[in-house]
Amino acid sequence: MNLVWGFILIPVIAICLIPFLKMGGKAIAVYAAVSLIAILTSFVAIEALLGKTFNCTLPGSFISGPIRLQVDALSAWFMLIINFGFLAGGFYGLFYMSAYKNQPKNLTLAAILFVLLYTALVSLCAIQNSFVFIVVWEIMALSAFLSILFEHEKVATVKAAINYLIQSHVSIIFLIIGFIWVASQTGSYDFGAIHAYSLSHPGMFSMQLYLIFFIGFAIKAGFVPFHTWLPYAHPAAPSHISGIMSGVLIKIGIFGILRMLLLINIDYTSIGIFILIISLISGIYGIMLAILQHNLKKILAYSSVENIGIIGIGIGLGCIGLGTNNTVLCSLGFAGALLHTLNHSLFKSLLFFTAGNVYQATHSMDIEKMGGLIKKMPQNAFLFLIAALAISGLPPFNGFISEFILYSGLFSLLHNASAVSLLGIVFTITGLVAIGGLAIICFTKVFSVVFLGNPRHDFYHEIKEVSHFQLLPLYFIVTFIVTIGLFPKIFLDLLTKPVQLFTGLRQLPFNSFHGNGIEVLSSVSMSSLYFILTILILLGIRKLVLRKRAILISSTWGCGYTAPTSKIQYTGSSFSRTYSKLFAMIFLINKKEKDVQGVFPLYAHLETNIYDKTEKWLIDYPLGRLKYFLSRFLFIQNGRLQTYVAYGIVFIIAILLLTAVDTVFNTTFMH
Amino acid sequence: MLSLLLIILAATFFTGIIIRTKSVASGRKGPGVFQPVKDVIRLFKKGAVYSETTSFVFRLAPTIYFASVFVAMLVVPFGQSKGIISFNGDFIFFAYILGIGKFFSIIGAMDTGNSFEGMGASREALYSMFAEPAFFILMGSLALLTGFTSFQEIFSALHLGSSISYALAVMAAFVFLMIAMIENSRMPLDDPKTHLELTMVHEVMILDNSGFDLGLIFTAGYLKFAIYGAIIFNLFSGTIAYQYAIPMFFGMQAFLAFVVGMIESFMARFRMNHNAQFIVVLSSVSLLIFFGALLVSGKFI
Repeated sequence: MNLVWGFILIPVIAICLIPFLKMGGKAIAVYAAVSLIAILTSFVAIEALLGKTFNCTLPGSFISGPIRLQVDALSAWFMLIINFGFLAGGFYGLFYMSAYKNQPKNLTLAAILFVLLYTALVSLCAIQNSFVFIVVWEIMALSAFLSILFEHEKVATVKAAINYLIQSHVSIIFLIIGFIWVASQTGSYDFGAIHAYSLSHPGMFSMQLYLIFFIGFAIKAGFVPFHTWLPYAHPAAPSHISGIMSGVLIKIGIFGILRMLLLINIDYTSIGIFILIISLISGIYGIMLAILQHNLKKILAYSSVENIGIIGIGIGLGCIGLGTNNTVLCSLGFAGALLHTLNHSLFKSLLFFTAGNVYQATHSMDIEKMGGLIKKMPQNAFLFLIAALAISGLPPFNGFISEFILYSGLFSLLHNASAVSLLGIVFTITGLVAIGGLAIICFTKVFSVVFLGNPRHDFYHEIKEVSHFQLLPLYFIVTFIVTIGLFPKIFLDLLTKPVQLFTGLRQLPFNSFHGNGIEVLSSVSMSSLYFILTILILLGIRKLVLRKRAILISSTWGCGYTAPTSKIQYTGSSFSRTYSKLFAMIFLINKKEKDVQGVFPLYAHLETNIYDKTEKWLIDYPLGRLKYFLSRFLFIQNGRLQTYVAYGIVFIIAILLLTAVDTVFNTTFMH
Repeated sequence: MLSLLLIILAATFFTGIIIRTKSVASGRKGPGVFQPVKDVIRLFKKGAVYSETTSFVFRLAPTIYFASVFVAMLVVPFGQSKGIISFNGDFIFFAYILGIGKFFSIIGAMDTGNSFEGMGASREALYSMFAEPAFFILMGSLALLTGFTSFQEIFSALHLGSSISYALAVMAAFVFLMIAMIENSRMPLDDPKTHLELTMVHEVMILDNSGFDLGLIFTAGYLKFAIYGAIIFNLFSGTIAYQYAIPMFFGMQAFLAFVVGMIESFMARFRMNHNAQFIVVLSSVSLLIFFGALLVSGKFI
């Protein structure tokens, strides 16, 4: 109990203090608060991961009823991810934000919001009362909204933030519908009531309830077609916030989906197939659009959609395993999903932080203007490269491990499946492979266009590496990425308890990952070590051999042409041109073109703009129709004060009349 | 261990035979079978020229590319004898470790800031993306057919009993051979002997490499051919005793090299924009194999 009060007191004290502190004090206060909460919650979380669930009930109010808090293994896993994300992101943010020293008011707000967002996210993992859950969810959504608004003088930022605000409230509406449904049927806001309700109403009702929750959480997580807010919100926010949003915030959607899976008793096979299909679409569509973008952070945002898809594939497989009583598939599916959640939070936040460094150096996010940054910011380029390799799912990094677990699950299914499900398996494997291949296109493009070659644009300020302190948390993340890649066993063992929660839903016999077909992971890490060893030996040999040889530095081979300009380099668009032509029917590329004309052309112009087809048809089109319909009623808003007063009077009279009618009705019926 | 030695040995003459076949087919005498190895040795002795545009990525890329092919080679078994690395799902590792090599060869090419090399890099990325599903569907069908998920177990359990399974093995050999051609950027997709940069894929990516690095890249290419040759051989070898299997292995590799040479001699390169379609066809052939595997295992009702 004391723990909980401490947990509530720390952010309250920090938030009250921050406005009165000086710049350095603010930074210390924010980070101290975050660290204290992180230590406190990690302590509880690690205990939960080792098997000791934390339980506690707050008295609550007469509206909410008693507020139950519970940290089980699933909450613990997500809590630790959130803690790590905020510790690294916060540390990075301290230095990132120092560029905005001249806006003290803005920074105060940002500091308060950071603490608030963190506290809200961590508590969401533990709260077991739907009323309080919604309130905290709203705090989380609003603080994220205001955090995005940091650079509010830019129109695009305001637009993106409002887009996010509206979409996250659509998500809240779905959640409220789900919670009220249960509360109205059972009279309790406790999460236990959801479980009890679904047990007493199996079949259609539970399925509908789950789908409502799924949509609510999927908007937050960014599954296609609910992803349209991501590509706006991530680029608009300051980089440490976008890293946290993509690495941690959208994972709370995944957490919700998993939590509801534990609570609602449904037909796991059909929901598994549903999640699998929607995830495959998310994965492929997300990365396909990512390849085309020109804005660095937008690329990363779309790639988040892809990775949410991979996580979803794991959840889908796990559900199918549950439905068919297949312990191996169930455990591998959920383990893959949970591990990829961690992995994605690591490399995606690293990518956003390095992108933030690029932004601070160039003041631009347009990759077509960059190039050659590796010479100006070698460390940053190296960090980005590691993250790019990891996110492409390549060994010896962590992305490969989670994808390998998913593949193992899929291939383990092959032996005893029917023809139809085999087709499903093959399509899933193909989808996962295609996602991997597309990710390679995407990240080779981004890395080479941003960091390699010659600069494509003259910046009128010096481009230099950011401070070492700012790079420090990034190296810390890299350590984790490599550790998971080389020694996955440790992390897999930590996943035993969370996965047991899911296998326990059907009493599947699952005690640990030993004897589960996944001890091959030690062979995988062995092979990865071989790979690293081979590279090191080769580099040694190379160094020895080249020591005595003549090394010349010359210009790039230019087919006999000796005065190349940086303009002849392949740009991002040209790199993906063949690809974008091949899949033209999927994309919506608006082109503005003015061809060269005449013998001595002076001016030519080409502008391409990639738009999302799902956004056009699912958001813009219905909104346009709605606007058209509502515009018919514009006469009501005529701008005359007298009419507005009249509306008020009519409204008051209507209310009075209605009450009067109601009382008359009641009295007549009473007698 | 055995497979490692055999593959390295096969790699020494595979590309030489291709070149020799092409020379003879076009009415020339041609260089010796071991000429490619001699070329590489000469390259290893040379100094290097680096472009001033390049960074450490360019210098690192060939090494990592070679290392990835080398480690992929460790996975490939020889008949009953395991590769040095063997575990359930090792073919996933095989594909992904080749992937990291590709990643580096692409960014290595992009590091030069040369438009030609960008062209090659962009094509390489696209083609390998298309080729990978074919490999995975094929391995999936073999796993389905045998009930195992590691190279060695799959190949040693692959019994060629019925005529359908022979047909499947032949189709699988075709797919593997074509994947080898894509991986090495050979004929129907890319002409290694062309002199027009605009139509190259792999060759244009390594324009700026020289000396030791170029030698590594060439060696990796030779090894890749022998690796796929070994995989194709494994499709048919089953449980043949070593004293027959080893000569058969070299015979098979030589035959495959001959086939590649003949394809290159008598076929024109596809138009660039047809390549993607061709590679997707491979995935459909793999799907056919998958349906065949369904038939054989009696899952079709």
